[in-house]
Amino acid sequence: MIKVQGLTKRYGDKTALLDVSFQIGPGEIVGLLGLNGAGKSTTMNILTGYLGFDKGSVVINGQDIQKKPLKAKAQIGYLPEQPAFYAGMQVREYLDFICDLKRIKPDKKARKDHLLRICKEVGLLEMQHRLIRNLSKGYRQRVSFAQALIGDPKVIILDEPTVGLDPSQVQEIRALIKRFGRDRTVLISSHILSEIKEMCSRVLVLRNGRLICDDTPENLAARTRQTQAVRLRVKGEEEAVLTALRNARGAQSARYLGVSEEGTVDVLFTVLQEQDARLIAFLALSKPGLPILHIDGAEATLEDIFLRLVGQEEGV
Amino acid sequence: MSAVFKRELRAYFKGALGFVFLAVLFFFTSYYYFSYNLMGGVSDFSRLFDMLFSIVLFMVPILTMRLLSEDKHAKTDQILLTAPINRWGIILGKYLAALCVYLLGISSTLIIAGITACFVQPDWPVFLGNLLGLILLGCALIAICMFLSGLTESQVIAALLGFTVSFFLFMMDALSDAFQSVVIQRFFYYLSFVKRYTPFTYGLLDLSNTVFFVSIAALFLFLSILTLQKRQAG
Repeated sequence: MIKVQGLTKRYGDKTALLDVSFQIGPGEIVGLLGLNGAGKSTTMNILTGYLGFDKGSVVINGQDIQKKPLKAKAQIGYLPEQPAFYAGMQVREYLDFICDLKRIKPDKKARKDHLLRICKEVGLLEMQHRLIRNLSKGYRQRVSFAQALIGDPKVIILDEPTVGLDPSQVQEIRALIKRFGRDRTVLISSHILSEIKEMCSRVLVLRNGRLICDDTPENLAARTRQTQAVRLRVKGEEEAVLTALRNARGAQSARYLGVSEEGTVDVLFTVLQEQDARLIAFLALSKPGLPILHIDGAEATLEDIFLRLVGQEEGV
Repeated sequence: MSAVFKRELRAYFKGALGFVFLAVLFFFTSYYYFSYNLMGGVSDFSRLFDMLFSIVLFMVPILTMRLLSEDKHAKTDQILLTAPINRWGIILGKYLAALCVYLLGISSTLIIAGITACFVQPDWPVFLGNLLGLILLGCALIAICMFLSGLTESQVIAALLGFTVSFFLFMMDALSDAFQSVVIQRFFYYLSFVKRYTPFTYGLLDLSNTVFFVSIAALFLFLSILTLQKRQAG
């Protein structure tokens, strides 16, 4: 369990975090979102004991990170944003070193079994005796992930866990995180909204060091959705399509996205709240005889949601 | 601490650094032993240890250059500082690993003393005094250079800083003469590594000189811990 109360961190005159409070229970996977410089990494660095803080408290599984730092750190598995290794070490040797560092399983047989299980889970079995410096970015990320899992920590903190992985590896790691998250406390920072939506039961959004949202991904998307949007592929000229859509009743905007098929245009069409974009697009384009070849829902991107949230905060 | 110690010690001999350090020290020890003791037919090791003083001053920065700067550069300090290990455990582990390689480097003097003892009785008190002096010099110098390594991300800059400090320590006596002020001269006098080291080469075990080197080592180990603490404070 992670319990953060009134966390404040300043770098000189700059306030990196201001009065941030949240709580994450066992079995919860929580996403930490924020634009660059919002305070995500600072929060994670503080939770893992890498950084100190000016005010507030951080309690990891009942251990205050300031009062009992070693006991608190022993509860955490941490995957840093930039995988950090002693590149001259072999994978197995490095994981062995992490075991020593965390004082885990001094018994040789138990340690061997533990490391084999982790290597198997993250797909490193065949890479155990390779030098880390010779591994691809994806495998390095797996090594970093493996070291975070050593000792079966109760709290796992993952900073951008799927960066650099190929799509199949991403799916594997996400499945792994979900499996580990069943009985552990997991905090993930990511820029990929689909990832957060897929894995997290709750989302924390930071903006300029302040926690501006603590909600489920569904509620977050609903809160920020003010328009309905669809992506259309329409047969016809760009100008005719955009004019027809922009002049439709209830339309909010029509943005040209490009051409992916000859003689067609791709358009992002948004309508006002509580309107059905598909219906309005159909009616608007059928009149001038512009057939819709393809239509799909355009979900709000992370950027959209942030812009909305920032707008709400500033009263725009 | 033992985890950091083991890793650092292994790292010295996984790359070339440990071997190069040992090779250079072994070479100079053998060279001076050959040219002074064997060719001159003397069993007094003072001259050899005198020469080793300067060699050590300029080799220790190479030994310590990566100790803390590498972690800062490769961000492996994140791994160490988020692990359940104290800051002093990290510093002491690294320090003891460097000290072990250093002791291994100067251990060749024991071999040559042993060889000499087969033919002629060496002046053991002088030899042991010299050896103790060299050990204490290494303890202090490794702590200083490790602290300097913690100030930068670059191993090259760490080594250059170490060389600069070593050169300053080497020239301290000459520098003290350049000042008219008695206060400054006394300041340099008390801090002079050469003056503190010289009694050992006569086989004199002066407690104040021993305490001086140990205190310097403790002070710079403490400062190294503070650099980690400062990094954590952000």
